Amino acid sequence: MPSAAGCDDNQRSRQKERDVFSGVIVPEKPDRNAIEVRGVSKRFGIGENAFKALDNVSVTIRENEFFTLLGPSGCGKTTLLRLIAGFDFPTEGQIMLHGQDIAPLPPFKRPVNTVFQSYALFPHMTVGQNIGFGLEMLGKPKAEVKARVDQMLRLVRMEALKDRRTSQISGGQQQRVALARALAPSPKVLLLDEPLSALDYKLRKEMQSELKRLQTETGITFIFVTHDQEEALTMSDRIAVMSAGKILQVGAPWEIYDRPADRFVADFIGETNFLPGTLGAIENGRTTVTLSSGAMLPATLAEGYVPNGPATIVVRPEHARAIREGGDLRGQVENIVYFGTDTHIHVRLDDRNLFTVRQQNSRSRDCGFVVGDAVGVAIAPDGAQVLKD
Amino acid sequence: MSAASEAETRFEREDTRRRWLLSTPALLIILVAAVGPLLVVLLYSFLAPGSYGDVRWQFSSDAWFNVFLERDIFDDTLAPAWAHLSIFWRSMKLAFITTLLTLVFGFPTAYFIATRDERTREIWLFLITIPFWTNLLIRTFALQEVIRQEGLLNTLLLKLGLISQPIPMLFTDFAIGLGMTYVYLPLMVLPLYASMERIDFRIVEAGYDLYASRFGVLRRIIVPLVKPGIIAGSILVFIPSLGAYVTPRVLGGGKSMMLGNLIELQFGQGRNWPLGAALSIALMAIVMIALLFYVRNASRGGPTHG
Repeated sequence: MPSAAGCDDNQRSRQKERDVFSGVIVPEKPDRNAIEVRGVSKRFGIGENAFKALDNVSVTIRENEFFTLLGPSGCGKTTLLRLIAGFDFPTEGQIMLHGQDIAPLPPFKRPVNTVFQSYALFPHMTVGQNIGFGLEMLGKPKAEVKARVDQMLRLVRMEALKDRRTSQISGGQQQRVALARALAPSPKVLLLDEPLSALDYKLRKEMQSELKRLQTETGITFIFVTHDQEEALTMSDRIAVMSAGKILQVGAPWEIYDRPADRFVADFIGETNFLPGTLGAIENGRTTVTLSSGAMLPATLAEGYVPNGPATIVVRPEHARAIREGGDLRGQVENIVYFGTDTHIHVRLDDRNLFTVRQQNSRSRDCGFVVGDAVGVAIAPDGAQVLKD
Repeated sequence: MSAASEAETRFEREDTRRRWLLSTPALLIILVAAVGPLLVVLLYSFLAPGSYGDVRWQFSSDAWFNVFLERDIFDDTLAPAWAHLSIFWRSMKLAFITTLLTLVFGFPTAYFIATRDERTREIWLFLITIPFWTNLLIRTFALQEVIRQEGLLNTLLLKLGLISQPIPMLFTDFAIGLGMTYVYLPLMVLPLYASMERIDFRIVEAGYDLYASRFGVLRRIIVPLVKPGIIAGSILVFIPSLGAYVTPRVLGGGKSMMLGNLIELQFGQGRNWPLGAALSIALMAIVMIALLFYVRNASRGGPTHG
């Protein structure tokens, strides 16, 4: 564990970062790299039937970062985590931990600990024995192990349950024990394999902020695997979106959400409207797109991206508004879905494409439209952007 | 008491009665075929031997006396019955070694099977049970054929040029150990497997993750979790091998007498049924002590799922 002062500094600098960019630009962290994955591939099976779980993946995870591997099941995120943990070995490539290649090391020689999806607590040991196991195996003196176990129990607020068996505590408590057990030996990097997926909604929310708190308090690098995009967006410093054994995009949550690198990322993270169109002249990273209905729409382009010909435009539902008169696009209300905090209005555009508008609900009023109404869609400035296809 | 809970109590009572009724045939068999004969054996051990076998209906503690002590024919002094005690000791040693050997060979076997995928596991388990299809005596004679002077193994080794002279194996302690291990191995593997099968092997990964070496994981995680299986398997092997009769006779050549052979002798050529009965009860006592040890161990600190 780093000193308390170091912890504070980190927290402060991160806080400053957030204040500075507030959704605009992320300044590069000057921190050292914790994990560097270099050109890693993993194949299961041999010959023709080999399954490529990871395909030439490279990614850098910085020290003291909450890094999330996000993707649908089977995308290779858990495989990548298992390679870092040492349960599997890469077919190709290197995994560097603070500049040292750890890929050939067995798991018990890596200063990396894992929180398992199933928790994998030792059923024949008490809560305290579970937490102390790693330190004991490292050959730490008894008194030190005991002190550390008590400290960890305080950290996860489980002091009262030290002598319980792991079968006598609830799922949420088991989760805390698994966390404390993995944190106790002060790993350089903590790996978390969908640790919250077995918890119910309320408990999951609670554990999300708990995890975030633990990460800032301990200053340990977290690598978190999930398929839940909301979880990823709320907790991470940076996210890597994965699909079919490849990393598609790495960036801060807002980057992933607002500047999706491709169609898959745009589709997987949040809800998105896709509109086909033809690009006009490009100037200063902006262009005007002609949609199939003939409507003209100003749109932004990703930096350095020079496309030609037909393209896809993405618009987030909350960046559009439904209005009676005018608007960038015209259509007819096809369906209205009430979500409590907001309402989704599905609009069938004149060119037959479907477009979803999300509107914040105000008190004691409906959205003001009924199915079948003619409706205009107004898109916020910079709300539309050209997608790399 | 509410009507609902009254109905529930009545239902429970009926349920209990039905259970008793269903278990009656089994209980009857146990009573007639196990408890009854045992009482007869116990009774015989306190009677005097008849001249041509059988017993005389006359109380005598001679049999029990003779199990442990012997009277010198010349000066009437008492001495421990070393002949019997050494047989007891040898049998216990053999049972202990057999248990140890089956554990040493059975543990990796069970671990191997338990870590296969489900379909392969079934095939392996099936293979483990195949020896049960053949009579023990036939299997033992087959083993004799394998290890005798001009047997399969020696011929093979000679042909391969690994040895220049046949190795004497039959009628040695090695032969007995081999035979006993072979015969009782499945009885060890099956309970071990039953214990291991319940282990979530992800906790093995968790062990490696928490800096336990392969040996550390074995000692601190797998063995404690398999402990109920180890105890059950050990009891299952120890008890029958204590009274083993066929294997020491056929493979050991009857050179060193075991408890089983001693008892057989008393009921056969020895014509001393009370002594045979007393020896049998003594053997049972050893088994009971072993079982007591098992029960105490199993109830203390075993894993909750065990």
